[in-house]
Amino acid sequence: MTWKHIVKTSLTGLFTNRSRSILTILGIVIGITAIMLVVSLGAGAQSLILGQVQGLGTNTIAIIPGREPKGPSDVTALYSDSLKEKDLVALRNKANVPGIKSIMPTVFGAGSASFESNTYQISIFGATELMAEIFDLHPAGDFFNQDEVLSRSDVVVLGSKVAEKLFDFGGGVGEKIKIKGRNFKVVGVLPATGGGSLFNFDDMVLMPYTTAQDYILGYKYFSRIIIQTVNDAAVPSAAQDIETTLRESHNITDPAKDDFAVQTQQDLANRLSTITDTLTYFLVAVASIALFVGGVGIMNIMLVAVTERTREIGLRKALGATNRDILSQFLLEAVLLTVIGGIVGIILGSGMAFAISIGLSRGLDVNWQFIFPWNGAILGFTVSALIGLIFGGYPARQASLKSPIEALRYE
Amino acid sequence: MTDIIEVKNLKKVYQEGETSTIALGGVTFNVRKGEFLAIMGPSGSGKSTLLHLLGLLDEPSSGSYHFNGKNVTSYSQNELADLRNREIGFVFQSFNLLSRTSVLENVKLPLYYSKVPESEWEERAKKAVESVGLGNRMYHYQAELSGGERQRVAIARALVTDPEVIFADEPTGNLDSKSGKNVMSIIQHLNEEHGKTIILITHETATAEHAERIIHLMDGVMDSDRKVAKRLTPEDDYVK
Repeated sequence: MTWKHIVKTSLTGLFTNRSRSILTILGIVIGITAIMLVVSLGAGAQSLILGQVQGLGTNTIAIIPGREPKGPSDVTALYSDSLKEKDLVALRNKANVPGIKSIMPTVFGAGSASFESNTYQISIFGATELMAEIFDLHPAGDFFNQDEVLSRSDVVVLGSKVAEKLFDFGGGVGEKIKIKGRNFKVVGVLPATGGGSLFNFDDMVLMPYTTAQDYILGYKYFSRIIIQTVNDAAVPSAAQDIETTLRESHNITDPAKDDFAVQTQQDLANRLSTITDTLTYFLVAVASIALFVGGVGIMNIMLVAVTERTREIGLRKALGATNRDILSQFLLEAVLLTVIGGIVGIILGSGMAFAISIGLSRGLDVNWQFIFPWNGAILGFTVSALIGLIFGGYPARQASLKSPIEALRYE
Repeated sequence: MTDIIEVKNLKKVYQEGETSTIALGGVTFNVRKGEFLAIMGPSGSGKSTLLHLLGLLDEPSSGSYHFNGKNVTSYSQNELADLRNREIGFVFQSFNLLSRTSVLENVKLPLYYSKVPESEWEERAKKAVESVGLGNRMYHYQAELSGGERQRVAIARALVTDPEVIFADEPTGNLDSKSGKNVMSIIQHLNEEHGKTIILITHETATAEHAERIIHLMDGVMDSDRKVAKRLTPEDDYVK
């Protein structure tokens, strides 16, 4: 028997019991739909996160004080005062790190800001004038400039929410607010960055790091040093140069004892990808349970079909069908069922993912991209065919082994 | 004329636990090529078992069976399937048509499993359907046919691979007498005009007497093997 006729015979079998076939493949449809949905949304989330990380520029390197944490309870690693002004000087030396385009030390802190009778809890972010460029910030008014950083000026740029809470009638540029009893002039107000964004400045007050260190925080070390290299290609060598320079500056010989960590944007992107990938795989594994249940359903219905069509099997054998012919026919019926279920699932799943991506884009006000998950589609198609082979195998074998006379006698 | 079927001491014993049931207790006979043989006997006499063995649907417990000069008791399942397809046509009491395909598709079914080139299928199947007088029913489904017409489709299906032997198992058992006679006249025509060897299983003497020779079985053994003195012909059928 040729494949063409096996396919034709199997299709006839499926169409005869149309409604039963549809119900049977429902399990596969749901399973594949879930997998497509998870894979597509996972890819969308990943691209959103990576887009934001890379929005900072792939030539960005962050130096973090302290050891890399050894585990979740290793808190001592998080708080460290290892990055100081002398490191900045060493790094600025072109002989040490030739690939550097710009260096920005930053400090973080918390406090409360007040204007007249309004008070609001804020995060304080001390940086340099490069901040606006690196984070692509466009405040209403101005950003503070290099002179203001060097002269420890009392100037601030407010996040949108801070401005909203402090100034009842909007605006705020040119006003003076109080932080820790000190007056600061508002030079700029940032537009809202939105909830879906990875870097949210809405609750922040930005000021020169020198001002923050001296008048707010009262210490002389940095929370992060952010470095931009001349280009993307310079990132790996610059990262190495930075490590060498800082080890020298800190008198460290054993890299295992580093009291700082150098993190490139690419590292960060890779880590985030690993997290979203892991999550996606986990959800795919959960969705696969539906596929397994669907497979058992296929096996069940195929066993019923084999019993129902015992006479047909006997007849076909009497007319010259070999065991192999019968096996192929029933196996193909199962595979066609699951593959059709798989294709419906792929279409349904990507359709739903598309609808959700539009909903998320509008609802969260983020640029959520719909991604057609080719890998998910190929996986779904292959898996559905395999389910047909695996769960259809046993019933098809039962069919092929029926003796023709037993089968013909069956009522 | 050579013998197409030679069986010697053919036995079939069904073993079920401690008890064994002898369905066929050793039969020996030959069938000539082109002969029309009827096998008669009451139910339980072993005639169906014998038909299954002769039709290569079942394997004997002992004894030898030569089909067309070849010892088929040693054949593999695939070789038997091939032989059934090429050399044997079956007509069953309950027709065994596939209800979800047309008359033409039903008749084509054996060709699916044959080595006949696909380009010939359509023509062969149409010719077979026409030869049983159902040219105008080609694309009808089983549900639209009468019992007699269904059995004629089954005969067309048995003919389509141009086999040497046609086994008919109570072909008139589910038919009214008029349709039954019509079917018998077609079978007789196949024997006389096309030289097909026919082996007919029946418990009705009137049906068996269309054959040239009647083997009578009783309790799994042959108790008579006789020539039919005055065969019934289609003309006889229509006189009644």
